[in-house]
Amino acid sequence: MPRQDIQSYVSLHMLIENQFFFAKYGLAGADLERYLAAALSAGGEFADLYFEYLTSTSVSLDESMVKSAAQGISAGCGVRVVSGERTGYAYTDDLAPEKILHAARTAALIASGPARTPVVNLKENHFHDLYPTGADFDGQVAKKVELVQRADRAARTYDPHVQEVRAGFSDELRRVLIVSSDGTFAEDVQPLSRLSVFLIARNDKNSARGTAGGGGRHGIEVFFTEKTPEHFATEAARQAIIQLDARECPAGEMEVVLGPGWPGILLHEAIGHGLEADFNRKKTSAFSGLLGRQVASEKCTVVDNGTMAARRGSLNVDDEGNATNNTVLIERGILKNYMADKLSARLMGLPNTGNGRRESYEHIPMPRMTNTYMLAGEDAPEDIIRSVKRGVYAVNFGGGQVDITNGKFVFSASEAYLIEDGKVTSPLKNATLIGNGPDVLTRVSMVGNDLQLDEGVGTCGKDGQSVPVGVGIPTLKIDRLTVGGTGSAG
Amino acid sequence: MATPTTTQPDLKEIATGVVARARELGATAAECVAREGSEFSTVVRLGAVETLKEAGSKALGVRVFFGQRAASTSTSDLSPDGVEQMVRGACELAKITSEDPFSGIPEPAQLGQVAGDLDLYYDDVYSLSGPDRIDYARRCEKAALDADPRISNSEGGTFDAAAGRKVLANSHGFVGDYERSYCSVSAVPIAQDEQGKMQRDYWYSVSRTLKKLDPPEEVGREAARRTLRRLGARKVKTARVPIIFDQQTARALLGTLAEAVNGDSIYRNASFLSNKLGTKIAGENVTVIDDGAMPGGFGSSPFDGEGVPTRRTVVVERGELKSYLLNTYTAKKLKLATTGNAARGMAGTPGIGTGNFYLEPGTRTPQEIIGDVKDGLYVTEFLGFGVNLVTADFSRGASGLWIENGELTYPVEEITVAGNLRAMLGAISEIGNDLEWRGSVACPTLRIDGMTVAGE
Repeated sequence: MPRQDIQSYVSLHMLIENQFFFAKYGLAGADLERYLAAALSAGGEFADLYFEYLTSTSVSLDESMVKSAAQGISAGCGVRVVSGERTGYAYTDDLAPEKILHAARTAALIASGPARTPVVNLKENHFHDLYPTGADFDGQVAKKVELVQRADRAARTYDPHVQEVRAGFSDELRRVLIVSSDGTFAEDVQPLSRLSVFLIARNDKNSARGTAGGGGRHGIEVFFTEKTPEHFATEAARQAIIQLDARECPAGEMEVVLGPGWPGILLHEAIGHGLEADFNRKKTSAFSGLLGRQVASEKCTVVDNGTMAARRGSLNVDDEGNATNNTVLIERGILKNYMADKLSARLMGLPNTGNGRRESYEHIPMPRMTNTYMLAGEDAPEDIIRSVKRGVYAVNFGGGQVDITNGKFVFSASEAYLIEDGKVTSPLKNATLIGNGPDVLTRVSMVGNDLQLDEGVGTCGKDGQSVPVGVGIPTLKIDRLTVGGTGSAG
Repeated sequence: MATPTTTQPDLKEIATGVVARARELGATAAECVAREGSEFSTVVRLGAVETLKEAGSKALGVRVFFGQRAASTSTSDLSPDGVEQMVRGACELAKITSEDPFSGIPEPAQLGQVAGDLDLYYDDVYSLSGPDRIDYARRCEKAALDADPRISNSEGGTFDAAAGRKVLANSHGFVGDYERSYCSVSAVPIAQDEQGKMQRDYWYSVSRTLKKLDPPEEVGREAARRTLRRLGARKVKTARVPIIFDQQTARALLGTLAEAVNGDSIYRNASFLSNKLGTKIAGENVTVIDDGAMPGGFGSSPFDGEGVPTRRTVVVERGELKSYLLNTYTAKKLKLATTGNAARGMAGTPGIGTGNFYLEPGTRTPQEIIGDVKDGLYVTEFLGFGVNLVTADFSRGASGLWIENGELTYPVEEITVAGNLRAMLGAISEIGNDLEWRGSVACPTLRIDGMTVAGE
């Protein structure tokens, strides 16, 4: 997909009318220039300002009671100065001009040279329009209560063995203004909402947990039409009830089939992090220097796509003010692109893919994933299962982790089954998959025609920063992967 | 005279003002928490400064009760308007929550603080000049890079410092505050073998005072040693063998136990240790303590997130489960008394956190414990999150070193270690004498028998 931003050059004073930060904090265009000038007062090639105003609410239900409701407001400004490979960063949660100037002068100290003058003709960029920006979150508390109560009822109705139920609804509206010395001027309003259900089922012998949830960059109405509380509650209850009869997972190397959707965290962990440009610039990734080389079977094409409407991992602009993109990472098995931010793109001479993200104004941006998924192949999912003599079919996962330097990754299946003679049989508990990032996709021998993205629950952590992401895969067959369990060797 | 924009009332005044305002608006009880802090961090990579970060911040949170209904709000805007909006917001929000018969702040008699100085704050963490801070990080990384020619790359050396103050006030008249400081130095070297395969590891030192921070060179050399010993790692065959967990991984295991005795999980029957008080959950050799009042501890504070004094709690005594970790709410649910373990961020209701949580050390050295093992695994790192507290199933990715005839031999990776926590607690057959504090949870070297190592 081509980039969709259209740039128009207008005077800064025209831009700022009716805009949030200017109205709320009395900022004027001249202030932004003054802050950037202070940031570059000791030299430095580049500086940016990231203004953020975040409002969040959450409602949670436990033991069929709405036990807590919370709201929060957090606002601040982060100032970054880049000089060569060096980054200076300072932030303030007080948006008074002298506090921002102080932060700018503090960040400026990373450089040591004559002052530079920032570009003054800040240009406004028109970016994607992927989500509603006028969502009214504050006035809808009663609806949020209704959602968690409906989830609770649906879970308890599903099966009498469902005992503990917790349901939560949370949403946030993040307003950002990003201005930089290279002329970037971007504003965005980013909604994010999520409904989640956690429950425990019990019979006379066993206990098991089930979790489900989803959401995205949209308002609350979607939870009354598509992503209903009954949908998530039923899914969580189904998982837990099945797990009550799960048996021990065999341990050892075997064939593994991954179900579609959320098991795409395999891509995220096994190869996604390894393709973030910062690790490759520093040559600390197991994927360093592999551009143009075969890193996956020919059946695999993997993209990182921040431009999908209303998705949890999507953004109109990344946190450095660039439009997000649909970037092909792996095309028919060949490594095509790394995911880059401004710093990596400049230092490595790579295209900036619009992957510069940060958790908040307190954090330095770095290359991060958005929605990372594998394109659909040609195999019918039934044929994939049928081709396995003895293996594991993993359809839901808790979480995963990777060591990007040696490429080893791990993830834990919360719902998995044994495959015997081409048929899905017993549910398995405690299955953990472990492998090597650069190898695992070379062992993909079948790719389903059933691509799904996850329902909108993923949060990725890197260097202590959390950002929302999406993942997805079609049903995949991996010829050999180590399965960790407590049962005897498979 | 300070200029008007920089004059701000003290956090204690703001916090008590918030509580009073909530009462004016009809709240039957209220609790306010406030925090201010500053941080500095630097990363030096391959000898050059990569990032420098410096900032200060403040935040405020309030929890209000209208009878048995509760709600909470938080803000980073401490202006009079911002504070008023926060308090009004909480009072408004409390209208939609349920009557919960167990809700409420602690009773007046439960409130208080540990007397005396807990030795938590040293202003020396900020005493270094800008260049000297960078030099700490540089020296640490350099020691790692100089240790061996196979170490030619690095994720960097770091030096961090932080200090903060926390204030709590409630409508029973409790007002308390404390300051804590922190500094750390670390290195993350990368080593490469003849085949070009890379390995990374790290080491760090952390302290409340610069005086007790390990010398950066020592930290860098240890990081190098840990990284080099991973070179040439291979998989092993799936097997059931004795496993020895080093301090780092034993600490992670003990952290799992801390979660399993967390009152929130207990009253919901979401932990395998629910309803197990007074029963044997581990061998005679296992005693676990939580001490939130330990001088200088990384998990110490004079009072908890609800204004209850912290204390020493025996959690497991010679294998018997003696106490859960509780806050006011979970204690009421379980008809027990709070253990002073309320943990409170700015937003939401208080959760539960550890004070300083540790397993009492044994008498033998790690070397002696390894020396007993004919064929087994020494685990030095976990990867992934495969712990299920409901079922007690445990299965995590791991790396480490293989033990043959009592000696550490070749490095091992891409394996998992799995078992069931109930059985694992009962199968701790050796406990090292090497208890060391690097955070609020600490555990000596442990040997556990009967777990499955999954590999080829």
